[in-house]
Amino acid sequence: MMVGGPSRAGAVTERRPWTFYALGALFLAYMAFLYGPMIVIYVLSFQGENGGVTFPMVGTSLTWFADIVKPGQMANIPVSFSRSVALASVVSLLTVVFSVAAGLGFRRRFPGSGVVFYLAVASLVMPSLLVGFGIGMGFQFLGLDTSLFTSALGAQLTWTLPFGMFAMFAVVNRFNRSWEEAAADLGASAFQRLRYITLPILLPGILGVAMGAFTLSYDEYARTTLTIGQNNTLPLEIYALISSATSPTLFAIGTLTTGGSFLAIAITLILVMRMQRRRSAAILKA
Amino acid sequence: MDSRFDVELVSVSKRYGTTLAVDAISLRIPAASYCCLLGPSGCGKTTTLRMIAGHEAISSGDILIRGENVSDLAPIRRGTAMMFQSYALFPHLTCLDNVAFSLKMRGVGKAERHAKAREFLGLVQMADFAQRMPAQLSGGQQQRVALARALIMRPKVLLLDEPLSALDPFLRIKVREELKRLQRELSITFIHVTHSQDEAMAVADMMVVMQDGHIRQAGSPREVFERPVSPFIARFIGSHNVLNGPDGLIAVRADRCRLGVPGDGPFVNGRVTAVEYQGAMVRVAMATDPGAEASALVPDREFYADPVGPGDPATLTWAEHDAHALMDA
Repeated sequence: MMVGGPSRAGAVTERRPWTFYALGALFLAYMAFLYGPMIVIYVLSFQGENGGVTFPMVGTSLTWFADIVKPGQMANIPVSFSRSVALASVVSLLTVVFSVAAGLGFRRRFPGSGVVFYLAVASLVMPSLLVGFGIGMGFQFLGLDTSLFTSALGAQLTWTLPFGMFAMFAVVNRFNRSWEEAAADLGASAFQRLRYITLPILLPGILGVAMGAFTLSYDEYARTTLTIGQNNTLPLEIYALISSATSPTLFAIGTLTTGGSFLAIAITLILVMRMQRRRSAAILKA
Repeated sequence: MDSRFDVELVSVSKRYGTTLAVDAISLRIPAASYCCLLGPSGCGKTTTLRMIAGHEAISSGDILIRGENVSDLAPIRRGTAMMFQSYALFPHLTCLDNVAFSLKMRGVGKAERHAKAREFLGLVQMADFAQRMPAQLSGGQQQRVALARALIMRPKVLLLDEPLSALDPFLRIKVREELKRLQRELSITFIHVTHSQDEAMAVADMMVVMQDGHIRQAGSPREVFERPVSPFIARFIGSHNVLNGPDGLIAVRADRCRLGVPGDGPFVNGRVTAVEYQGAMVRVAMATDPGAEASALVPDREFYADPVGPGDPATLTWAEHDAHALMDA
């Protein structure tokens, strides 16, 4: 969402104080630090066939992108990518189900709600690597094999669930209770209220939580590394690749995943904006 | 089954923990009447309405609608429909789908429920707005859609929670006229919660004044205005002076009071504190010698024949038969 103050064009022309330029320069430096390295990587991913991992560019090519899917490489990017997507989808789905339920449940104060709340969000402050380590140890202790959809899934949920709950609390806060009462008055059963009123009205927020959980899971490293078992997710595979050999293929992977992320964000934003244009803020005032 | 009354409350109470929001109120609302629940905020009027609707559980007592005890029934089984204070239109549905919602919940097919919804949007002159979203409507238009959405359920009793409070003063007068007309045409009972005595007097057949969870007085607006039973009622409905009479407190309508000289009739001396020109009438506020406030509503011609200003000494007079005794409290 855009945030901006009211513009004051015209009325009084005022010289900007020197601090404006100092802070502006600081901001530019920060932006360069933030995006500079990634831009270098995006450019270098189009390195020519005979080029290396540094400048200068020796022509341009798509060789390194082709390399990603070429079989027989030391790292198997497409397979780990599909694993990551599958895991992130499941994590996202579970996070949405639990955080929507929690968000709706926590609208009422119930005995012990404070304790339950803090227990649920405390896992955000626990050191991720140790959470993963603990889960890995637990599985070993119980004689279970760590794997993608057991230990790794659980480890990632310790991270995405509290996040999802926080986000849902903010979304649910703006939900007007009288919508549900009106629906009950009009004869909707509890299920019909959920299906036709509550969920559709919360949908933009729910999509946001789903996207957030997906991205948190998709690039999770610390909790996943000790709970993943035999088969790597994409971040683990890339890490292995970095430590074993470097080639512009790494950059190509970076460019592709960034492109994918932007595409997903754009689609979600368009969906949410289309929903909100139909409703607008006027009703939230009520 | 006694169907002379659309709604009967039998010693209905609502407790929240240890606080008593509504204290054993009893009320009978005759068939097809426009009833206003009136009172200052926190008097229990909205809680009473919500108990009739079934959105608030009753702590003790019974609620009957057309002779049937509905105390333990779900809102939909009571034959009531409620219009919420903020209208509570569903923001993700068009006006048509908002109005058709109750039919959809009952499993009525799309073509049929849309036809019916159009009919009810027509009833409130909103047929042209069927495809609009609620956010695209003005407050007054939203109110009409909410009304259509409630009426399509063909309720025996329509419950309105401060239906005019979100509208500007000019629109309020227009809409209350329409509500009254609609109630007469449909000949069902409307129960309308408000804190404005003007609004209640304008529309109500029956006015129920509440305070602290009790019904202080119920009757036609004229009865209540002519004979307020207590100082609270007299002050709350306004345009009354509460004065010390020979046998305790009395109430006199401000428009029955005159400024003049002590004569044979009752009077009270004081000093003018404010003069308000109201068009047809002029309101003269004064501080009386016993240290109370009183006012006279004087026709403009009479006032300007012998005007007074702030600070002037004045005497408030009235006719003996215009005063009536109040019960204490």
